[in-house]
Amino acid sequence: MSNIDQNLLNKVIENIDYNYAYNIRSNSRSIQRKITDNVNIVSKEDNTGIDIYVQDNTKFEYIYIPVLITESGLTDIVYNDFHIGKNSNVYIVAGCAIKNNGKSKSEHNGIHRFYLEEGSVVHYIENHYAEGHNHGSKIINPITEVYLKKDSFMDIKSVQIKGVNYTKRITKGILEDNSTLEITEKIMTDGDEKADTIFDIKLKGIDSSCNVISRSYATGSSKQRFKSSIYGNNKSYAHVECDAILMDKGRVEAIPRIIANDVNANLSHEASIGKIAKDQLIKLMTLGLTEKEAEKEIIKGFLK
Amino acid sequence: MLELININYEIDGKKILSNINLKIDTKKIVIITGPNGSGKSTLSKIIMGIILPTSGKVLFNGVDITNYSIDKRSKLGISYAFQTPIRFKGMTVKDIIDISLGENSSINKISDILNEVGLNYKEYINRELNDRLSGGELKRIEIASVIAKKSNLIILDEPEAGIDLWSFNNLINLFIKKKNDSGLLIISHQQKLFKIADEIILLDSGKIKARESYIDIKNIICCNKCVNKGCNHE
Repeated sequence: MSNIDQNLLNKVIENIDYNYAYNIRSNSRSIQRKITDNVNIVSKEDNTGIDIYVQDNTKFEYIYIPVLITESGLTDIVYNDFHIGKNSNVYIVAGCAIKNNGKSKSEHNGIHRFYLEEGSVVHYIENHYAEGHNHGSKIINPITEVYLKKDSFMDIKSVQIKGVNYTKRITKGILEDNSTLEITEKIMTDGDEKADTIFDIKLKGIDSSCNVISRSYATGSSKQRFKSSIYGNNKSYAHVECDAILMDKGRVEAIPRIIANDVNANLSHEASIGKIAKDQLIKLMTLGLTEKEAEKEIIKGFLK
Repeated sequence: MLELININYEIDGKKILSNINLKIDTKKIVIITGPNGSGKSTLSKIIMGIILPTSGKVLFNGVDITNYSIDKRSKLGISYAFQTPIRFKGMTVKDIIDISLGENSSINKISDILNEVGLNYKEYINRELNDRLSGGELKRIEIASVIAKKSNLIILDEPEAGIDLWSFNNLINLFIKKKNDSGLLIISHQQKLFKIADEIILLDSGKIKARESYIDIKNIICCNKCVNKGCNHE
């Protein structure tokens, strides 16, 4: 791997443990791959992506699936399908980092589909980052689809760190009996960046549950739009929480929809958008921070 | 030493504080009491710099700090515990204590500080300062964030609010202990606290009505609802 790739990789995944399975994709091709006894990674026949197979009862293994783009003008599309065996418990760490020093647009479209079998657990972490000295746009459009069988659990921690000019993030889920989906999404935008994030979750099974926490920080003249639709189609529970901090000319629109199609669906949402509360700044200033330092700490905590 | 000279504060034409003159020695516990709306919290906020007075001066150790920012006063050693603790989404108990100490502090140090306010660090160190904590828990964390900081003067605005009596007795002992390092200026209605005060200042309608020891103030204060001796309130 080149130094440029390695530096980019470090932006989205702090430390890869190379004892576990991984597939590193750079400029639309797989450059490094490792499989283990429990985790197999197979390229799709039409070469549009990979299938990741986790055997039943696999416990506490990591799988790393990062994507790196350094070629200006490249539009990358990849389909990664994760097949998680019964009663497995794995960590999947994905991420996309773009370095675009050219004038053309660089774009990554990652479609990740997760098929969780009964009783399986997935902890999914996804970080997005972009940088570049020139005017070439950096675009990342992730689509995450999750299909949770009975008694399965998945948590998604997704962060857009910085530098992405435009993103359209779509997360869809279908939850069967007694399955749980926990999503935490944090997006930071600056300059003229735009971010759209869409959630569409269907609580199909009895006692299925979903919790969505979205935290946004929009500064410069950036814009973000959060739209969620959660369908309670059975005895189920869901809570959606969307909070946004605005600075400068940042704009955020939040449209949380909850749709109860069953009398025993228990759904709730809350959304708040605004500047940093004055009281929060004052509290930290009483502890010795300047107003600027206080702002920084509040945003750091908010996006942590 | 803190000195207030002719402090006046008006808002929307309404006089909240009138000609407050006061000297407060460090290493003493001074309680400001008085009925609701008497200007106690306003006065404490003026000392911290959260509110600027309409006129008058605030001196700290002989330096005129009237126009100093909040953080500059904090760096001089003035600390402030809010009556209603501030909530922060994402920020944890460890984060706020680290900010107060000005360092990435060890678990042992945080454990000691939380222990002072009756909280077990294992249960609280990574908790977010949000609505999932009860009012009493947030209040104790607020006090912990203030006592963690090296101070010459600690202002506590109604530290008893939201805290059960059993825990409050422990806090009283903590305040007595803190007196060894700094002065404490406590806004309170809690007569239990009066007993540990070196001085009690009675504020009424924005004016200092009395400044006495605990023994003497008992003859002036009748109840929490008024300051008139001989009232019929229960």
